[in-house]
Amino acid sequence: MHGNAKLSKRLDDRVITHLSIRDTAIRRGGRLVFEDVCLELSAGEACALTGENGSGKTSLLRAVAGLVNLDAGEIGFGAVDVEDARAEGLHLVGHADGLKSARTAREELAFWGQWCGGGGGGGGIDAAADALELTSLLDLEVRRLSAGQRRRLALARTLAAPRALWLLDEPLSPLDARWRTRLSELMQQHLDGGGMILAAVHDPLPVATRSLELSA
Amino acid sequence: MSRLLALLQRETALAWGRGGGPLVAVGFYAGVATLLPLAIGPEPQRLAAIATGAAWVALALASLLSLDRLFERDFEDGALDLLTLSPTPLELTCFIKCVGQWLATGAPLAVAAPVAAIGLGASLNLAPLIFACALLGGLAFAFMGGIGAALSLGARRGGLLTAVIVLPLFVPPVIFGGGALDSFANGLPWRGGFALLGAYAAIAVALGPVAMAAACRNALS
Repeated sequence: MHGNAKLSKRLDDRVITHLSIRDTAIRRGGRLVFEDVCLELSAGEACALTGENGSGKTSLLRAVAGLVNLDAGEIGFGAVDVEDARAEGLHLVGHADGLKSARTAREELAFWGQWCGGGGGGGGIDAAADALELTSLLDLEVRRLSAGQRRRLALARTLAAPRALWLLDEPLSPLDARWRTRLSELMQQHLDGGGMILAAVHDPLPVATRSLELSA
Repeated sequence: MSRLLALLQRETALAWGRGGGPLVAVGFYAGVATLLPLAIGPEPQRLAAIATGAAWVALALASLLSLDRLFERDFEDGALDLLTLSPTPLELTCFIKCVGQWLATGAPLAVAAPVAAIGLGASLNLAPLIFACALLGGLAFAFMGGIGAALSLGARRGGLLTAVIVLPLFVPPVIFGGGALDSFANGLPWRGGFALLGAYAAIAVALGPVAMAAACRNALS
């Protein structure tokens, strides 16, 4: 809720309201991973990215974030400049979550909240921890967290610093049944606030309004 | 600005814990500084002649210790991905990572350097210059070392590769700093060598982040 309020406050020309992936192809280590992949995503929409292991779901997410070079095609963010969109407009939550095991959950959440959000401030971080029920875990070192708790901590970043486009790599897999439901609610809130989600999934994504299957 | 301060704080804290941090660096430094006289012989005169040089070379070696983890850990756990998804240019991010490295290991080593040199028999009045040279040289070691660390990202046994890439880059500061200390000890003009060391550190600080950012981008893509 809090995240979306902030997001809508910043609804100006710097917020991404459209993602377009046109005729993209990616080659990894000389092997063609996929080609001719197209997707148009507008504010409020979520796309479930499916496909076998190795079909390039993670590569596509990383390509949208600008971390993987395209072999062909282009990725655009509507009226927003590509560099600006990648710098300030999207969150990437993947398997490599960037959390340092020797630091406390609070230190990590505070740092990434500030890094992604610019202004920072404790309010967004506390609210994010609250929404993902991490408050009682904040003083633990990251290494003491379970896989599901760790994923929730990584996801808390997306609430601590509001950004329009969420790129999620199998967000549900380490979570238990209750948290899968809870995360779906949070994703729905993000979409209702004008956000967009592109998520690589193996299980059905309840909030998805469209899907894209990659074939190896 | 608060974003950069937060990064500096994190990087310094991580560097402090990385590979044992300053305690291990200083311990290694003390070890190397002790080994050299054992190999060369105990005569005070002979030791005093090599004291500053030995302390200086040991400093360069100790600076190598935690370098290999400077980018490697962030690369492996995905933090480097997230650090690039920010309005802060990657060059500035690399700059701050190196400053953190310098604060956590370069500065403690600079404090240990005069102690080691005097322990080996260098005269007491050399201490301030050794400290200044070590502080400045540490800056050059951290930024040149960062280039090697970024270039060896993703390579197997990256730590060894880092050392091989970086040691040639450590040659100029070792020559300039060692020269300045030697001149001072012999009552010769030493400012030239010190100024050259400063110039080299300035070049490292200015150009290092550009090279590191390019190497990081290359490793990520």
